Amino acid sequence: MPEGFISNLYVFVLAGFLGFEVIRRVSPLLHTPLMALTNALDAIVVVAAIIIAGRKGTALSEILGAIAVAAAFSNMVGGFLITDRMLRMFKLSGRKKQ
Amino acid sequence: MNTTMMHLSSYQYLTDFAYIIAIAFFILSLKWLSSPATARRGVFVGEVGAAIAVVTTFFNPELVQFKWILIALLIGVIIGIPLGLVQMTAVPQRTAMSHAFGALAAAVIGISEYYMRIPHITKFEMVEISLEVIIGSLSFTGSLIAAGKLQEWLPQRPMVYKGQNYVSFTVLGLAVASMFVLIFNPTTAWFFPAMVIISLIFGIMLVTPIGGADMPTVIALLNSYVGLTAALLGFVLNQKVLVVAGALDGSSGFILAVIMCKAMNRSFTNVLFGAFGQLQVSAKGEEEEKIVHTASPEEAAAILGAANTVLVVPGYGMAVAQAQHKVKELYDTLTKKGVDVKFGIHPVAGRMPGHMNVLLAEADVPYDKLIEMDDANGEMAQTDVALIIGANDVVNPSAKTDQGSPIYGMPIIEVNNARTVMVIKRSLNPGFAGIDNPLFYLDNNLMLFGDAKSFVGNIVRELSGAAVGA
Repeated sequence: MPEGFISNLYVFVLAGFLGFEVIRRVSPLLHTPLMALTNALDAIVVVAAIIIAGRKGTALSEILGAIAVAAAFSNMVGGFLITDRMLRMFKLSGRKKQ
Repeated sequence: MNTTMMHLSSYQYLTDFAYIIAIAFFILSLKWLSSPATARRGVFVGEVGAAIAVVTTFFNPELVQFKWILIALLIGVIIGIPLGLVQMTAVPQRTAMSHAFGALAAAVIGISEYYMRIPHITKFEMVEISLEVIIGSLSFTGSLIAAGKLQEWLPQRPMVYKGQNYVSFTVLGLAVASMFVLIFNPTTAWFFPAMVIISLIFGIMLVTPIGGADMPTVIALLNSYVGLTAALLGFVLNQKVLVVAGALDGSSGFILAVIMCKAMNRSFTNVLFGAFGQLQVSAKGEEEEKIVHTASPEEAAAILGAANTVLVVPGYGMAVAQAQHKVKELYDTLTKKGVDVKFGIHPVAGRMPGHMNVLLAEADVPYDKLIEMDDANGEMAQTDVALIIGANDVVNPSAKTDQGSPIYGMPIIEVNNARTVMVIKRSLNPGFAGIDNPLFYLDNNLMLFGDAKSFVGNIVRELSGAAVGA
């Protein structure tokens, strides 16, 4: 078994339960922004992609790394952007236009 | 040599701390998303966490060239910004596209790791990489197909053929078989690319048969697959920030998928392999004459204007007709007249979880007027008028009464218990799932035939005209 597998498994299980508890509390009102935000957070894969694209490797690994950087970073940028846009639209009826 | 080692290990501490901070911020981000009041703060901490992680990564001493990274980041920005600025009606297909990008990123990293590590790869690593690449590849093509259906480049009807599930499972079996060959002989020529290609094909076969009405569940399921892929990649690379982010994303998608399934009274297996909306059209042969009551915009306006409480039930049809802004005008006009207007939102209304809420929020409808199904049903007895705009199956009473109905047992918004029901619809054609709706023939139901946008517009004109005249 590779180094770190068991500690990664601990982290995975704990994060899974934590995610379950936190996300269960998100109102159905915000389920679309929730999906956009988790997409943006998931795009943290970009940090792995940056290393694959930039370290000494083969031409193939550099190309694949660069594809991954572009795909993940577009999710990060687009995901945060659209989440914030959506959330700005949610207003209460009491407060009229500021 | 020694200084590089030192450099590497001190960098390792730096990244570990930076990534832990990022993880904490991500969790805080999701926690703050629980309420609209704190949600934007949540996005902000999420951005800060991601920025800390990305910037720290740039100081990794392993990095020897930056040109391609910077070009790729720039391409990411060029693709990402338009995807962040799409119309709210296009959010479901945008979400499917971002699932595809997320899966693509994770899958190609797994592929690159395989080629970097062979021939020195353990059986255990081979299992991790294979699972990661299989799930990532099938989520990539599956999400592309979902996006194509939502964008209506592909037919939204379920596409099925005889023995389809057997064929699909055989294809998945081939991918798994390739994985086993690779575990014992990691360098067997062509098995790795074959496994990738088979998984890509399976993704297409998995989503193609699924109809548009099931998209909310499919999108949520794909969301959880993408999260799982990222978490598996974290295992492959021994990178805990990916494990956590993937687990959070995966559990989020999974919870949403469960909610969607419950809201349709169906199981995952049924959604994925049931090809909903295929067989129903048959049923009932008795073509008895049913009486349908209709009303004009004038009559509808008069009834709405005289009501104390109105519940609007929107559905995908409202999005298709782009009627949400007219609906907001109707809300304003009625509210000004002292009518209490609320919106009853069924969990699977629209094409993704929460779709209707975002559309109405964009049209400036206050979110405290958007109520959930159970609350709407609780208030139904006191509701004077239920106005259904572009929804069908989610208000179909046969889900409660007709055991033979394909949607029997699905929780619905029980608009038939309101004093008057009005349904805006183009014609009596059955909806997406091809299920007849007995609501249309009830005595307290009025059909308002026409395009949702122009019909609501006509009602608004009547109401304002009447107000001027009075």
